[in-house]
Amino acid sequence: MHIATQQFADTTVVSPTGRIDHRSAADLEAALLPLAAEAAERKGALVLDFSGVDYISSVGLRVLMIAARQMRAAQGSISVAALSSVVAEIFSISRFDKVLVVQSTLDDALAQASDAALAAYRAAGRPPPA
Amino acid sequence: MKGVRFWGTRGSLPVALTAAGLGHKLREVLRAARGQPLDSDADIEALLQRLPFALAGTYGGHSSCVQIDTGGADFLVCDMGSGLRPLGQAAMAQRGGKPQTFHVFMSHLHWDHIMGLPFFVPAFIPGNRVVIYGSHRELESALRRQQQPPSFPVDFDTIFEGRVEFVHLEPGVPSSVAGVEVTTMLQRHTGDSYGYRFESQGKVLVYSTDSEHPLADPAHTERFVGFFRDADLVIFDAMYSLADAISVKADWGHSSNVVGVELCQLAGARRLCLYHHEPVFDDAAIEAMLAETRRLEEITRGAQPLQVSAAYDGLEIAL
Repeated sequence: MHIATQQFADTTVVSPTGRIDHRSAADLEAALLPLAAEAAERKGALVLDFSGVDYISSVGLRVLMIAARQMRAAQGSISVAALSSVVAEIFSISRFDKVLVVQSTLDDALAQASDAALAAYRAAGRPPPA
Repeated sequence: MKGVRFWGTRGSLPVALTAAGLGHKLREVLRAARGQPLDSDADIEALLQRLPFALAGTYGGHSSCVQIDTGGADFLVCDMGSGLRPLGQAAMAQRGGKPQTFHVFMSHLHWDHIMGLPFFVPAFIPGNRVVIYGSHRELESALRRQQQPPSFPVDFDTIFEGRVEFVHLEPGVPSSVAGVEVTTMLQRHTGDSYGYRFESQGKVLVYSTDSEHPLADPAHTERFVGFFRDADLVIFDAMYSLADAISVKADWGHSSNVVGVELCQLAGARRLCLYHHEPVFDDAAIEAMLAETRRLEEITRGAQPLQVSAAYDGLEIAL
């Protein structure tokens, strides 16, 4: 699994790719939780871009739960965006779609995070959706 | 082992279908019957077969009790929830005047798993034997205590007259009971619970209820994958959704359908049976959980398919 990170104004976008399973969830935890702590510290927002995630297991979902707790405790916001159809079903079956805000696209997630985040994203050359 | 029969499948406490719940089912069934041929009993039966189980049947409300059919004369039973009472009635009906022996394996000693014993009629019959196995040191004292005043009108010795015996099972050490190899394993639950792995004639059955799975502990996962390895059937505590099990109901000692699928897939098990249903769930909710669990298995399937069922009072599964 590969994990990329980008900053758009007050919003951190974390983009894991591949499978988040029993083997790789520890990598996600090691990468994500410090980022969530930082974002929570400055009361920013965290967006998880899941467009490149093929699968997530219960262990991976637990990591998201911990990150969500961190963010909420600091009045920060967290959302997950661009789920594949399989991952969207896993979220629904596990009821994680009730735990985390799920946005259809990264644009939607950034718009919900802050106007500044969306503007920075667009300024970086990311086109608005057609 | 030939198979299992579920006598009680509900978690925490027994429940019953209410008048409102039955009324809802009847209305839905009558709506489904509009315009359908109903002239003969065969027509009616055909209609009922087409209806969802949540409408034409019910998952039932007795608390934990599962019978293992070994093909032998002795009865093997997991847990003594309220489902033990109808099991006892069925055993009495097939007794034919001959003494009967019941081997009962206890996951743990919470009320919903022990409440059936004072109502287990075969234990009142001279000549019968009830041998209760478990890994808790308090096994005997807990069962005696529930029949002490003011909780029950007749005490243990008066009602059972020495027909009930106790056998301690050391976790991880296989024992042979009625031709079946039995191994217990410690599970995470308040006051501890134990899972059972039964092996006989090339068949493997795992009974794992009231068991929480800490997802952050790979060693725990490996232990359970080994315990479930190549099982023909895993009876699994799937009381909560995953989100509930690791958030608002964390440390309540139960698990989820999602973790059940994952552990069975990792272990190469062939069939998963969702068990210890949340008592607030109605039949439609359990049926929806079953459909979702089957879908999860489908979209995450590896080399080997995993058959998924939801236990109901009266369900029989062949091994």
